[in-house]
Amino acid sequence: MIRFTNVHMNYPGGNEALRNINLHIEQGAMVYITGRSGAGKSTLLRLIALIDRHTRGQIIINGQNLERVRNRRIPIFRRHIGFMFQDHRLLNDRTVFDNVALPLVIAGYRHQEIRKRVQAALDKVSLLQKVNSYPMALSGGEQQRVGVARAVVHRPAILLADEPTGNLDPALSLDTMKLFEQFNQVGVTVLIASHDLDMIRRMSKRIITLKAGRVLPLGGTPTES
Amino acid sequence: MKQVNRKKNTRPKKTFKSELKRRFDMWLLQHAQAFIFSLGQYIKYPVSNILTTAVIGISLALPASFYLLLDNVRYVSSSWDGSVQITLFLQTNVDEARAAEFANILSDSNNINETVLIKRADALAEYQKLSGFAEALNTLDENPLPNVVLVKPNLDSSNEAETETLIKELEAMPEVDSAQYDSRWLKRLLYLLDIVNRLIVILSTLLAIAVLLIIGNTIRLSIHNRRSEIEITKLFGGTDSFIQRPFLYSGLWYGVFGGIIAWLLITISMQMLHGPVKQLANLYASDFQLIGLGFGNSVILLACGIALGLLGSWIAVKRHLRSIEPV
Ligand SMILES: Nc1ncnc2c1ncn2[C@@H]1O[C@H](COP(=O)(O)OP(=O)(O)O)[C@@H](O)[C@H]1O
Ligand SMILES: [Mg+2]
Repeated sequence: MIRFTNVHMNYPGGNEALRNINLHIEQGAMVYITGRSGAGKSTLLRLIALIDRHTRGQIIINGQNLERVRNRRIPIFRRHIGFMFQDHRLLNDRTVFDNVALPLVIAGYRHQEIRKRVQAALDKVSLLQKVNSYPMALSGGEQQRVGVARAVVHRPAILLADEPTGNLDPALSLDTMKLFEQFNQVGVTVLIASHDLDMIRRMSKRIITLKAGRVLPLGGTPTES
Repeated sequence: MKQVNRKKNTRPKKTFKSELKRRFDMWLLQHAQAFIFSLGQYIKYPVSNILTTAVIGISLALPASFYLLLDNVRYVSSSWDGSVQITLFLQTNVDEARAAEFANILSDSNNINETVLIKRADALAEYQKLSGFAEALNTLDENPLPNVVLVKPNLDSSNEAETETLIKELEAMPEVDSAQYDSRWLKRLLYLLDIVNRLIVILSTLLAIAVLLIIGNTIRLSIHNRRSEIEITKLFGGTDSFIQRPFLYSGLWYGVFGGIIAWLLITISMQMLHGPVKQLANLYASDFQLIGLGFGNSVILLACGIALGLLGSWIAVKRHLRSIEPV
């Protein structure tokens, strides 16, 4: 599903964010990426979503060599990916419904289909009763769950979450992780970048640890060869 | 990929035609969404949008009304052009009876439309009445004025040479003392109109640029205000054309409403000018009426508004959407 071979990433200005990364994440896996701030977690996720392009090596996502994905095709490529952010990045002038519907509107779904799917997604995160609220009227945990609903409403093959629990208390964090686990159980490959080690350990999933742009060989499970 | 695979397998095999239709439907749907969304945005911020639209409307109305003014002046001057006449001062020894006969003969000529005789007695009476020199003129024992024949040529007045030949012929006649034909003032007017025309072209260009700048800047601001929305849309796979569509449509709305405002301004002004112009024309015994925009020019005005709106927003979109990460 996701394979990195000798991947390097240099930001303009000589900042070496990732050095010689080798990774393989199977389809349907749920993986935590951890490491200190500045270790390169966000960069790794950005490369997968083609927000930035790697400078050396090879990345293959879902059978596609990212170097071969031309800029014009990036939007189509991204429709197989769902995103979650620490600062949830909801649109404050749109209702919960419109926020969650966005990926479907982009993909050109019809209104009835959008309705059905948004309701299903909001149902999964137990926010169906807030469908017409605005994000500002929701608690932090609720906003985060709207973000989750938006990330999965278009049934992506891969879910990328960058510090999704950064602003939540431990109980809410665990709830969010449980949600991710549910999506993972129906086949979505989930990658979560987080430095919340306590919570990560409790989830007992594969852990990839980054340090100064390199993968440490002491993750939660044996490293890949 | 389990999910995606399952979806693929349950989907019936699509023919090329139905796939084409699906894409067309989607395209239509997204255009309709952008159309309505941008109109909604317009209505959502009425004050600033109405102000912007008013500025656009005035900028469109100015050159349009100048063109209209020019049209009217051209119309009036062309009617003068047709009434250009040659004034023949007859020899003083030609009496009224012979003058009348002469005028009659002339009017039968091919290149003359009609002639009007102003008898020397009538001319004197008129002159006495108008000049206030009645006393002085009374002391003269003889009428110093000659008989005058006004000749309306049956020629294309723009054909200078033909008119000149006719004047030469008339002057050569024994009854004629001198012939007068002054077309210089008309020429000057036409040159002046030409200059005015060019000035209007320059002015229109400048105002068109102003409209582009106004719309471009407005769209730039709204791109800026909706930056986070654009970022999210890009992250979830929105194509450039999807992202720029609502902005292009709002440019379209500015153009449409600006054009409508310009049309209203001009139409109302014409209504206000209608009465006074009619009174003025009556003084000159003319049934001249102001030429309004008409259907064709109204369509052109609206089309200019729409073109400028689309172009302005297109430039802004091309310049500013690129700068928003992720690419
Ligand atoms: N857009 C950027 N331009 C230049 N350097 C960057 C950029 N984004 C991140 N970096 C650098 O790359 C390194 C890794 O950053 P990041 O991937 O954000 O780490 P993490 O998410 O683990 O905190 C850091 O040294 C950071 O300063
Ligand atoms: Mg980060």
